[in-house]
Formats: sequence, C-alpha cells, structure tokens
Amino acid sequence: MKEIPAPLITDTVEQLCLKAAFDLPAGVESLLREKAAQEESAFGQYAFDQIMKNIDCARSEQLALCQDTGTAIVFAEVGQDVHITGGDFSEAVHEGVRRGYERGYLRKSICGDPLFDRKNTGDNTPAVIHCEIVPGDALRLSLLPKGGGSENMGRLAMLVPSAGLAGVKAFVLETVTLAGGNPCPPVIVGVGVGGTMDQVALLAKRALTRSAGGANPDPRYAALEAEWLAAVNATGIGPQGLGGRVTALAVHIEYRPTHITQLPVAVCLNCHAARFAEAVL
Amino acid sequence: MAEIREIKKIQTPLTDDAANGLKAGDMVSISGVIYTARDAAHKRLVQALSDGAALPFDLEGQIIYYVGPCPAKPGQAIGPCGPTTSFRMDAYTPALLDCGLKGMIGKGQRTEPVTLAMRRNRAVYFAAVGGAAAVISKCVREAEVIAFGDLGPEAIRRLVVEDFPAIVVIDADGTDQYKIGPEAYRK
Repeated sequence: MKEIPAPLITDTVEQLCLKAAFDLPAGVESLLREKAAQEESAFGQYAFDQIMKNIDCARSEQLALCQDTGTAIVFAEVGQDVHITGGDFSEAVHEGVRRGYERGYLRKSICGDPLFDRKNTGDNTPAVIHCEIVPGDALRLSLLPKGGGSENMGRLAMLVPSAGLAGVKAFVLETVTLAGGNPCPPVIVGVGVGGTMDQVALLAKRALTRSAGGANPDPRYAALEAEWLAAVNATGIGPQGLGGRVTALAVHIEYRPTHITQLPVAVCLNCHAARFAEAVL
Repeated sequence: MAEIREIKKIQTPLTDDAANGLKAGDMVSISGVIYTARDAAHKRLVQALSDGAALPFDLEGQIIYYVGPCPAKPGQAIGPCGPTTSFRMDAYTPALLDCGLKGMIGKGQRTEPVTLAMRRNRAVYFAAVGGAAAVISKCVREAEVIAFGDLGPEAIRRLVVEDFPAIVVIDADGTDQYKIGPEAYRK
C-alpha cells in the first residue's frame, strides 16, 4: 500500500492547471503543424497562422492559450493499493483548481447554480471529477480544461440497433456540421458508442484524453476513425468555419458493450486549443 | 486558392459609410474604443432597454466584442481575450442593433433575426480567431470595467484597441462568409 498525502494532490492539480492552460500538448501542436500544411483556403491558412503564433506567445509569456480556461475536468485513476492521507480527496482536487486558476491569472467560469442566480463561484470550483479504481498503487491525475464554446456543441442520441453504423456516422457528421465555426475548428471529435446514456457521454469525453491523432487499438474502429475524419473534412467547414479542408485534426472513437435494445452515441468536440495535462503519483 | 484581399484599417465608432464599405471576406484591423459584453451583460442591457433605463454606454456607432477576458497579469492591460461564440447573444442582439449598435466581434454563425436586424440597421459582424486569446490581448492598450462589475469576467469593459485583427463575416447586405466559405470547399 502507498500513502499519498492530500496536500500533494492539491499541489499536483495546481501545477496541472497551469501547464494545461499555457502549454499545448506536443501531440496537438505537431498535428496542427502537419494539418496546416494541408490547408488550401486563405482564411484557413490565416487561422492556422494565428493559432501557431498564439501557441508560441502563450508558452513564452505563460499566458492562457484561450481566455476560456474552461471547466476543470479531472480524471483520476486511483490504484486500489493507494491510501490518501491528511485530507479529503475531492476537496484536495478542488483546492488545487482554486489555487491554479488564481495563481495563473486564469478565468473563473463556473456558475454555482445553473437556473436561478447563475452567480460565479469566483474560483472556478467545483471541478468535475471522474474516479476509476484500477489495480496497483499509483494515482494518475489527468486534467482536461474544457471550454464552453466546444462543449456546447456536443450532442447525444439514443439510437436503436437498426440505425447501425450508417446511423452513427450520420449523427457524428450532423453534429460537426451543425456546430460549424462555433467550437473553434479545427476540432478533435470525441465519439462514444455503446454503453448506457450516462456512460456514452463519458466515453465521448474520455476519447478526448487520448493522445491527439492516436488510433483506437481495435483496427475496425481505427479504420472508422480514418474514414470519419475524411468525411468531416469533406464538409468544407474548415478552420474557424470560414471554409477550408481542415475541419478536424482527428476523430477518436471509444466504445463499450451495450444493451440489446440500444445504440447510444455521443459526440464531444474539443477546440484546436485541446488542452490536457497529467501526472502520476 | 483564394487570396486574402488587402487589410482595411477601420476606426471606431463606425459610420454608415464605413459599414457599407465593408464586405464579407474583408480582412480588417480595428482601432479605437470597443466595448465588451457577453451573455449576462446582454441580458441586463436588454432588460434596461425594456425598463426604459439608461444604458452604461451609448450604443450609437459602437462595436461590441463578445469576450470574457482572463484577469490581467501585473503590468498588462488585459489578460488573454479571444472571442466567444456569438449565437448565445442572438436573443438580445436585434434590440441592441435597433438602438444604434453598428458592429459585433465574435465567432460562429448568427441566426436570421440577427442578420435581418443587421441589414435593417446597416451593421457588420466581424470574426476574430477563436482560441488565439494570448495574441489578441497584445492589441488591447487599455481596459476599464464600466458596468456590471459584479459579473466578473462578464462585466462590461471599455477597451482601447490598436490594429485588432478581424474578418468581416457577415456584411450589412447579409452576405455570409460562414455560408460561402464552406460551400467552396465542400466535396
């Protein structure tokens, strides 16, 4: 058994907030550079040029890449042989978010109540925390700060089995097309298929934690990812929705077993500023 | 590949002539005073109009920038401040256009009531590159909260900008780059 002090979790989350906000993952940046070379439209090239300048500026000056520094979504893989000491796990995560967003001059974007007063909590808490118990004695903390512009364009459908592969693909393409320029393309398209209503939404979100452009290990799903990426890029939406060849950088599909009556599908879009950081304790 | 036309320099406030001279697809660089407002501030502005109360600034000829900036670091005028998605303001926008608002900076498509109100009032919608927030903050010289400070990032700020880069996406005739751009590249 390994003991992990709660204050270490707070410090780690604080660091993840800063790193994610200022410094795009290397995989996203190299994918952006690769796709920029394929863009034919003048506005698309202009958008890529601004995006690249912004990445350099944010990194060198330690500024947020995007003013929407997002909802702090934390994925925790907790080894079953871990014992967290000296504090409450969730509160340790929230405190890390509180400190990171304050210290990094990041925007606080969370409303305490969605319907009535919509008052800003002032410290970007609460974080959204997804925990999974896994074998071992390590604690993996991953932070996906998720901007509202792309998150608002996500959709979920409880399709039925007769809809089949064609129905799922059509729903994905419809979602990207309806989103247009709103989610800040070029996007990463996270797709969840199967499971239940709650699980499929989380699958789509988890698909965005995969290293950008990495293929599903199942070759059938990897082939779908390549095919759907080509289909998304044939829409012509292009960078920022102004017209062009590169609407998406990647399509990531995650799937789970599902009920005999069901074919759930969820699409979660991430903007080009696909921020992510993780640490293992 | 279509070439980008020259960059047109524009000064705020916008006159009718200036607005009429801008066409969808024009690259512009905006200098002068612009005002920030987004969801919560729009709700209050439109509420003030329906109550017959005074607005915190005169809309005539002005440009509203849809943005909720990050806090400024010491010594900087403003934090990162890229555009937010515009359609969330669409329920409120026609009322503001009918009161003299002449331009909006944001990102993403608008709905028909907005484009109709734009044509009626000869107004222009500009897009800035979403997610380029750090770079965009470099062209903001001054920022001051002038209303609704309790809204934090959603407060109304008066910005002085110099060479703010944007693209005319919907012009005063209703021509829409978000429609014509993708059509040209659809396979």
